[in-house]
Amino acid sequence: MGRPFTMTRLFSAATLGMAFLLTALADAPAQAKTALTVYTAVEADELAGFKQAFEARNPEIEIKWVRDSTGIITAKLLAEKDNPRADIVWGLAATSLKLLADDGMLTPYAPKGLDQIDKALRDPAEPPAWIGQRVWISAVCFNTVEAKKRGLPVPRSWADLADPVYKGQIAMPNPNSSGTGFLSVSAWVQTMGEAKAWDYMTRLHDNIATYTHSGSKPCRQAGAGEYAIGISFDYRGAKVKADGAPVEVLVMSEGSGWDLESFGIVKGTKSMEAAKALADWSVSREANEIYAKAYSVVALPGVAKPIAGYPEGLIQSMIKNDFTWVSANRERLLAEWQKRFDGKTEPKS
Amino acid sequence: MTRTDLVVSAPVGIVRQKAGWDDWVMRAGLVVLGLYLAITIVLPLWSMLSKSLEDHSGAFVGLANYSAYASNPVLVRSILNSLTVAGVTTAITLALAFVYAYGLTRSRMPGRGLFRAVAMIPLLAPSLLPAISLIYLFGNQGVIRDWLMGWSVYGPIGIVMGEVFYTFPHALMILTTALAVADQRLYEAADCLGATRFRRFMTVTLPGARYGLVSAGFVVFTLVMTDFGVPKVIGGSYDVLATDVYKQVVGQQNFQMGAVVSAVLLIPAILAFAVDRIIQRRQVSQLGGRAVSFRPSAEPLRDWTLFAVCAAVALVLLAMLGMAGFASLVKFWPYNLELGLRHYSFDLMDGGGWGSYWNSLKMASWTAVIGTAVIFTGAWMIEKSRGAGPLRTACHLLAMLPMAVPGLVLGLAYIFFFNPAGNPLSFLYGTLAILVMNSIAHFYTVSHLTAVTALKQIDPEFESVSASLKIPAYTTFLRVTVPVCLPAILGISIYLFINAMTTVSGVVFLYSPDTTLASIAVLNMDDAGDIAPAAAMAMMIVYTSAAVKLIHATATGGLLRVTQRWRAR
Repeated sequence: MGRPFTMTRLFSAATLGMAFLLTALADAPAQAKTALTVYTAVEADELAGFKQAFEARNPEIEIKWVRDSTGIITAKLLAEKDNPRADIVWGLAATSLKLLADDGMLTPYAPKGLDQIDKALRDPAEPPAWIGQRVWISAVCFNTVEAKKRGLPVPRSWADLADPVYKGQIAMPNPNSSGTGFLSVSAWVQTMGEAKAWDYMTRLHDNIATYTHSGSKPCRQAGAGEYAIGISFDYRGAKVKADGAPVEVLVMSEGSGWDLESFGIVKGTKSMEAAKALADWSVSREANEIYAKAYSVVALPGVAKPIAGYPEGLIQSMIKNDFTWVSANRERLLAEWQKRFDGKTEPKS
Repeated sequence: MTRTDLVVSAPVGIVRQKAGWDDWVMRAGLVVLGLYLAITIVLPLWSMLSKSLEDHSGAFVGLANYSAYASNPVLVRSILNSLTVAGVTTAITLALAFVYAYGLTRSRMPGRGLFRAVAMIPLLAPSLLPAISLIYLFGNQGVIRDWLMGWSVYGPIGIVMGEVFYTFPHALMILTTALAVADQRLYEAADCLGATRFRRFMTVTLPGARYGLVSAGFVVFTLVMTDFGVPKVIGGSYDVLATDVYKQVVGQQNFQMGAVVSAVLLIPAILAFAVDRIIQRRQVSQLGGRAVSFRPSAEPLRDWTLFAVCAAVALVLLAMLGMAGFASLVKFWPYNLELGLRHYSFDLMDGGGWGSYWNSLKMASWTAVIGTAVIFTGAWMIEKSRGAGPLRTACHLLAMLPMAVPGLVLGLAYIFFFNPAGNPLSFLYGTLAILVMNSIAHFYTVSHLTAVTALKQIDPEFESVSASLKIPAYTTFLRVTVPVCLPAILGISIYLFINAMTTVSGVVFLYSPDTTLASIAVLNMDDAGDIAPAAAMAMMIVYTSAAVKLIHATATGGLLRVTQRWRAR
């Protein structure tokens, strides 16, 4: 009996050990907090700050972020239309939110303090289905070290970027996944007119080394010298520069595309009160002050202030942006873009 | 004990026994196992295949999706691309792994133990890691980009290099097993007949290893066809089937087309599975009872040549790992090469931060514990229960099925099966539990086969004797079977842990904001352009897998001394 007994004991000891390990690994007992599922395209490096600030004011609510690029989040929301999993969409492009609102997927709500918000930066309906938070603007990241090495001139305009001298030097976000990519395409179409814009993009396409999933990646790649130029947006440019990359953040002379990070409550949410609490907080001065730390145009007038690393003349360069037209033509533009440029064979380099 | 007792308890088959209480419990257990396997493998696959026959609104459209697929030149080109990279990778990996395995088994070169260990390194990392290393090595700012002579690493070249790294240990394991046994007499005969070394190699060595080569070839080919990590990071605009599934499902939320591409992906995997089965059946006794096992003699020229080749391969493997480790520490590649830990501050980046790492640890631990319990107990019931032949065969076949199902396909199948509100199990969707279930199912077959092999070594008389002594089956199981099989059990648990830690493809469609995983974080950080932090997280996975493996090796050393003393005489 001696030996088998030892073995059994050994085995039970091992099991017990495993059980302890598992208990240690298992979740702490869930607290009675309301979990709020928030779909967002806000840059990941900012999310922790927003969550902390909001939850400090609303300790009974816990934010659960689902973050991805604009196109992915929009596609996800549309796909889940019949069985929505988000409670609120927050920090997504207004052109996407308008699409959702037109599809009847949002519950209009007028948060406390709405009257303070810039009228131009919200759904004109009363109560509004979506409300803008802050503006992000396209910008070009230009790696000065690589430019010197490869003898590249500083581009001053979008037209310059189609010059064959930049062949294989430019990274651009894919507009189907990235909001930054889409606002660039929609700005070219709006400023040049559709026929000229497609012609321009065809010439630009010859210079593009890669289309990326995210709007930040082209600037990060330019910062790392992987490519000399990244079509990206203002915040990421300033951030990459601050991280120590030898980049200049450039404003193109024909004007800069932009879109509006906005929020809207998803119809059918089971956490309506918590969603309203986030909506109320999102138009508050406190929230707008946080927006203004990183972005130069915010929805509450008088809060914005100059930010280090942002290019001069950025705000003045913002194009006249027709949200109604853009959101009505979003699907068509994206399909056309995909047909022309996506899945083309590997750039021969 | 009387004489009659002995007669009754004689081995099964001589006297037909009536099924007792134990047998009924075991049969009930087998039914539960069968149901479990059906729910975690068969039904999800079934929903996936039926989804591929539906349109967006869920109406049956027959093969319309498939013809839409076949008429889309972009998607069809992916098939060709996948076949190309898989074919080239298979050729390169087989050649390298064969020489390496030959060195390990058929030579007396120094450092064989070390070489064997180094070759296993790729198993500890997600397949994203080699691709990230390649960017640092051969990207536009890569340290040795000139070696590509102007070719871009983004595309087929990068994919093949990454996949060779990723598949090397898989091929090596099969080939070392195939080359390990050989009959010395054949070589002596060849020498006596005056065969040249080349002829001896072609007529004795190669035929002896041919099953291993075919089997390894299919394994590598399937791994490349279905791997998603390498082409996602380094593929550029060179689309392959696995990235197409991801694009369709995540990028465009087109689940039907995702299901169609998945069904296409199943074909090579099932083919490989079938070939492997046939080979296994043929490859019975290569080594007869009178065989003399092969012992390589010392031949300095051969040994040192093989040493040089193996050292070169091992160095490349180490360099790939080292590059990712180094890049994760560099402050700002390539302009500021100071070292620091800032890329390990995952909380400021995409992918879910350090929480993802802890989730992965939790998920891998659960997979190891529950998976080992389910798989080993299941294998024991299949092997050791009496009667109920069809039930046992059915369970065994179900356990073999996951081998033929790529992770990406299984993950997508789980969405289709568990997501609809009508499924009573839909509460599992978005939880850690579904990730654990998926991982156990994904890695079921290899673990099952390990368990079966160990169980077959135990004489069935243990069960007969216990039964005659009226000892319940579970007591025999706990007191005899489990301790005897402890090496196999620990092996299974470590296999499950490391695979759950490193898998990307199985879980990429299934994680939720509460259950982000480390391997997925690597993917998302790379997508956002945060490539150094992606390298850092990939290294965390490697460190963890390596640490667990080391702890396992030392701890089992002690355990085995206690429990396996009987093996020594």
